[in-house]
Amino acid sequence: MAVSGGAGGRLHGTMTTSSYLTAIVLVAGAFYSLVVAAKAYDVPMAVHAWIFTLAFAAGVLAIGNRHFNALKGLPGADDGKGYNDTVVKYGVIATLFWGIAGMLAGFYIASELAFPALNFDFAYISFGRLRPVHTSGVIFAMGGNALIATSFYVVQRTCRARLAGDIAPWFVFWGYNLFIVIAATGYLMGVTEGREYAEPEWYTDIWLTIVWVTYLLVFLVTLMKRKEPHIYVANWFYLAFIVTIAMLHLGNNLTVPVSIFSSKSFSAFSGVQDALIQWWYGHNAVGFFLTAGFLGMMYYFVPKRAGRPVYSYRLSIIHFWALIFLYIWAGPHHLHYTALPDWAQTLGMTFSIMLWMPSWGGMINGLMTLSGAWDKLRTDPVIRMLVVSVAFYGMSTFEGPLMSIKAVNSLSHYTDWTIGHVHSGAMGWVGFVTFGAVYCLVPWLWKRERLYSIALVSWHFWISTMGIVLYITAMWVSGILQGLMWRAYDAQGFLEYSFVETVAAMHTFYVIRALGGLLYLTGTLIMVYNCWRTIRGDVRVGEPIIANAPANANAPVGALAQPAE
Amino acid sequence: MSRFSHEVIEKNSILLLILSLIAVSIGGIVEIIPTFLIKTTVEDVKGVRPYSPLELAGRNIYIREGCYLCHSQMIRSLRSEVERYGHYSLAAESMYDHPFQWGSKRNGPDLARIGGKYSDEWHRLHMANPRQVVPESVMPGYPYLAKTPLDYTHIADDMKALRVTGVPYTDEEIANAKADLEAQVNPDADVTGLAARYPKAVIRNFDGNPQVVSELDALVAYLQMLGTLVDFNAYDSANFKQ
Repeated sequence: MAVSGGAGGRLHGTMTTSSYLTAIVLVAGAFYSLVVAAKAYDVPMAVHAWIFTLAFAAGVLAIGNRHFNALKGLPGADDGKGYNDTVVKYGVIATLFWGIAGMLAGFYIASELAFPALNFDFAYISFGRLRPVHTSGVIFAMGGNALIATSFYVVQRTCRARLAGDIAPWFVFWGYNLFIVIAATGYLMGVTEGREYAEPEWYTDIWLTIVWVTYLLVFLVTLMKRKEPHIYVANWFYLAFIVTIAMLHLGNNLTVPVSIFSSKSFSAFSGVQDALIQWWYGHNAVGFFLTAGFLGMMYYFVPKRAGRPVYSYRLSIIHFWALIFLYIWAGPHHLHYTALPDWAQTLGMTFSIMLWMPSWGGMINGLMTLSGAWDKLRTDPVIRMLVVSVAFYGMSTFEGPLMSIKAVNSLSHYTDWTIGHVHSGAMGWVGFVTFGAVYCLVPWLWKRERLYSIALVSWHFWISTMGIVLYITAMWVSGILQGLMWRAYDAQGFLEYSFVETVAAMHTFYVIRALGGLLYLTGTLIMVYNCWRTIRGDVRVGEPIIANAPANANAPVGALAQPAE
Repeated sequence: MSRFSHEVIEKNSILLLILSLIAVSIGGIVEIIPTFLIKTTVEDVKGVRPYSPLELAGRNIYIREGCYLCHSQMIRSLRSEVERYGHYSLAAESMYDHPFQWGSKRNGPDLARIGGKYSDEWHRLHMANPRQVVPESVMPGYPYLAKTPLDYTHIADDMKALRVTGVPYTDEEIANAKADLEAQVNPDADVTGLAARYPKAVIRNFDGNPQVVSELDALVAYLQMLGTLVDFNAYDSANFKQ
């Protein structure tokens, strides 16, 4: 570990100019929030202003506490030298916490669709308010924390440099999680901009912008002070993800607030333009948040765990540039046969089909990295999880272009087929690659020889895989069935089914889907238990030992083929 | 000139950042900007008007409850959809929709032309408990809407904010916002001003309770006007003449 430490001579954790500035800004923010709380137009705004006030005050206290603990010479978790791994540990725990919360919300809303009595006529848990809690919970809360944590871990190792900033990485972690709390409590209270995956209201968006720009700076400055000549391929993907999400977030959230004391705002755009901008954002939340970011994860953890170099350096260059260039065009395929102009629909469809190639380029590069280490699929369930995640990535990036074809889309759109497609990507690809990374990170970060139990990883893998299979097959059948029922004609040339008959036909599949979700959640709970025991330092006796530390002896193939550390 | 090598980009984080940003900007620029510049993107249609204050308050509730997550407001130009829901949706019909509510999933039916299809009484029963009128329905019940008085203290501020985004609310409409909202649920009041400002506005007591303007009044007023503004007989015959 050759890493630059903190400022020379200064005790790490004591006040610096930047900690003073942060504290002052937090105090100002707390006072501003108090004013908003007092003059709020509506109850949710007052609640949120209070949460902001308390969070900012807690931030000031934490900075002060850190200073005095350092003065007293109390042993801190982080000495300011070496890598900053404490913030990564927090990120891993937050990933697990939000994963459970988000999946629980998902299981509940799936059950509501099967058994509507579960809505209990209670506003705060009705499907329409809880559904964004589920989607944001798993995408932004679990996925976002996983991306921040792994990117902070990976960028330090592959650059051989300590994470930039003293307070900044902590501001990113706590600020991002504050964003999640504000967004999720807002949904429950009915605070929403009414556009999928971009539901948080204007003030939450502004807060996220501040946090995200800090994240970009921390990542970029760490890259700039790297001791490796090359920027490792995982970091290209992480960087593209961070900067593109910034662009999409700003572009899609241009709204006019009713007042600075109101939680309500109206989109700056309307109708057809608003729809196009929303799906430019929405599809690239998939493309950059759920794909590029997690490909960064894949490019570090798969070669590391397999102990093999990345399969092809050229392929990574080609698929990186092709992927980020093509993805942005694909949004209009969410708007086939709508009032969006035909030329835009066709353009979106064409680029979606082209996107198949770079997606599979990434899949091939990930899978073929196992060359020479395929035996690990049998012996190491963590590798199995990572490889299956890449396989699911390949499957859903084939299904996506297929569904973007207008003729197919005329059947699949508005049905559960879309929901199934999203979940094969989200549970299979994003979930499994995250779990694989967490299983690698927990022993590495907490300096444990191995995971508490490898057998439990196998249990997790199989239970969750069964859950995914139940989920996506149920949604294929229900989606295609409903799509066909909507367009079925009887012998007299009339529509054969009323709408509600097609709803009634969904019931069985909704029960199976909820069961699939429950299995997936069960697997995740097993992982949380396993991680908790590993962190405690326990080792389950009577299990064969599988090397946990990344193997290092490999033939070097190209400058970038392998992570530096 | 030496051959280009990707190494140059791999060794310069700022260059990598800038080139990535350029690569991800092009698609959006090419697709989005023309929809603002090409006039035919939104057809010239008679009848589309901004929402009346009560309809706007109803639309805010529609968004608050996340109705768009299960109901689309976009009839695609497919035979089976047009026969089930009515004339395919025009871009102009959502030209004052900030945000759009086209939706992406139909757990329930499309609502683009729900206006006038059912009685107020049906909507009251349906919102209180959907299964008492549609036994197979999986929709949540919203009985609390009828019991909650509508908060319209800031309805004029909503309209002012919308005016900033380009909705052509006049000073007169904003000044009369509260009065118009109250008049739309009170058929006995003087509604000539309201009817002139918002043509085709449905004026009646929607929730069956004249004592209080409830959230249900606003939501039903919004649902009852959806898709009713454009006269499609006139629109289609004008199109055929072209």
